[in-house]
Amino acid sequence: MSSRTLFDKVWDLHTVRTLPSGQRQIFIGLHMIHEVTSPQAFADLRLKKLSVPFPERSVATVDHIVPTENQARPYADDLAEEMMSAIEKNCRDYGIRLFQPGSGKQGVVHIIAPEQGLTQPGMTVACGDSHTATHGAFGAIAFGIGTSQVRDVLATQTLSMSGLKVRKIQVDGKLKSGVYAKDVILFILRNLTAKGGVGYAYEFAGSTFAAMSMEERMTVCNMAIEGGARCGYVNPDETTFAYLKGREHAPTGAAWDKAVKWWKSIASDADAEFDDVKTYNAADIEPTVTWGISPDHGVGVGENIPAKESFAKDEWALIDEAYHYMDMQAGKPIAGTPIDVAFIGSCTNGRISDLRETARVIIAHGGKVPASVKAFIVPGSEAVKVIAEAEGLDKIFIKHGFEWRNAGCSMCLAMNPDKLKGRQVSASSSNRNFKGRQGSPAGRTLLMSPAMVAVAALEGKVSDVRRFLK
Amino acid sequence: MNDIRTISGRAIPVRGNDIDTDRIIPARFLRCVTFDGLGEHAFADDRKQLTAQGKTHSFDDKRFVGASVLVVNSNFGCGSSREHAPQAIAKWGIKAIVGVSFSEIFFGNCVAMGMPALRVSVADSEAIQSAIEKDPSIQVTVDVDQLKVRAGSLVWNAQMGEGHRKQFLTGQWDATGELIAGLQQVKATASKLPYVSSFK
Ligand code: SF4
Repeated sequence: MSSRTLFDKVWDLHTVRTLPSGQRQIFIGLHMIHEVTSPQAFADLRLKKLSVPFPERSVATVDHIVPTENQARPYADDLAEEMMSAIEKNCRDYGIRLFQPGSGKQGVVHIIAPEQGLTQPGMTVACGDSHTATHGAFGAIAFGIGTSQVRDVLATQTLSMSGLKVRKIQVDGKLKSGVYAKDVILFILRNLTAKGGVGYAYEFAGSTFAAMSMEERMTVCNMAIEGGARCGYVNPDETTFAYLKGREHAPTGAAWDKAVKWWKSIASDADAEFDDVKTYNAADIEPTVTWGISPDHGVGVGENIPAKESFAKDEWALIDEAYHYMDMQAGKPIAGTPIDVAFIGSCTNGRISDLRETARVIIAHGGKVPASVKAFIVPGSEAVKVIAEAEGLDKIFIKHGFEWRNAGCSMCLAMNPDKLKGRQVSASSSNRNFKGRQGSPAGRTLLMSPAMVAVAALEGKVSDVRRFLK
Repeated sequence: MNDIRTISGRAIPVRGNDIDTDRIIPARFLRCVTFDGLGEHAFADDRKQLTAQGKTHSFDDKRFVGASVLVVNSNFGCGSSREHAPQAIAKWGIKAIVGVSFSEIFFGNCVAMGMPALRVSVADSEAIQSAIEKDPSIQVTVDVDQLKVRAGSLVWNAQMGEGHRKQFLTGQWDATGELIAGLQQVKATASKLPYVSSFK
């Protein structure tokens, strides 16, 4: 049984049976629920009088609608309050754990499951949220699902699914100073496009990923979905095990040893065969900024906005739309683009290591956010907030003119009070620069690493973080 | 179980590649506990933006009112997993989609809702769009059984994975019943996964 990828092994181990349609019934090891994509699923369960046979395999939290400033209930937004009440009732009625604000365990769903040790190698993980791909950092097969499928997982702990091809994305070498995991994934997206991964799972392999921390791997896997791949993963290794050890839901004692042995066994075999392989050098990756309206519209911070002709012809209409919507011109440098808002947070870059690096960059820069810029930092979870405050990071942020908030999705998608206004330009550590994504139908988003957002905030314009790092 | 073989009706084009689910239904409309009422907000911001430019989005174009087939281009429905996107399209009145490619999650949502999404070539997607723009009254048939799209005397070849095609033809696009039928086996599979018993 050699020559198999982690994907193949996990898929086979979780196959219940082949359905009459030819699709497979796949067991879901960890199901996560949030307030936006679940109410209709629970409503359907009630309508069809279905029960939840594995309630212990689901966990719920609230993140998308939660205000990051005033969290007093009832929320000022009636609709947000209604959604909050719905998830409370649904979890109560079906016996599902819910991590609420104030519990110390609330936060963005893709941040809290790893930090509590719920996400483990070899699992299948599903959530009504496309960034479920994040959990692939542990060597799990993790993917986003729609609301009808949330209902299916609740009712059966399984999904009807077709398999995926596997593309190995090999990156080797050491990243240059000022180049982060976020730049690596923006670079990959730029090369493989936003739709190049449709039909694939991405396996991230090579010495660059091997050298990354778990949090960095999560940043990379998080955005596999922006490349069209349903999931992305990194094979579990000592870094993975060290991260998991001692976490609340990680195994202990003899079970730990058994777990590590099993986790090692599900990694891709050395001679595993892939449907496709792409290879890149870490040395070629620069701090990257998106200029357009799709996450694959990235350029190195020292580069100019690309000409339409550098894209495939069927992309030209979109590229024209991007120039127009973003008010960008081919041939002009991206550096120096003025910004109005700076947002650091989200399931891509709202973890403690992101905040530590942000603080380091702010200190290295030494300046203060100008009055023309609204800059705010949103921890990805209550636990991240506690650690950041214990380390005094909040004081550094506030001193340099950044606002410090409570945990939530915040302006990543702006379903809460944090929103762009009018045509504002935001430097954002989140994952999507789609038109209107950050709450204003005309708002503009430039994606970049948290370190790059920090210097953009301090300078009031897109700037190369390396100018400020020794 | 209702099988879905062919869908016929007038059609509506939405041109452009990489139309993401934020554009299909902006996040502010996701503050809801039911999908009802989403139809009128489909493509809300794109429509408003075009209106402001003195142009008309096809969803605001009277000639396409009542259409039941949506014709799009590449990578339609990329981005967020929100089922609110295909739900908004369906609640507007669409029963089938034809396009070059769809994001996986969007496509999976369409299957689960019983709304077939068929793939055609780049050139054919544009040809179908042009045909319906020229004559919005033309009857378009999406044939899941024969994998064809027909409009008047024109016929285009279409594709859909065999498993999904079978799901529509046999009425098993609503997988829940089948999945529940396998519950005994689900328990057997779970018991063999070491993490389910916490590696004890
Ligand atoms: S942080 Fe953004 S991408 Fe992540 S779950 Fe929240 S809204 Fe989705």
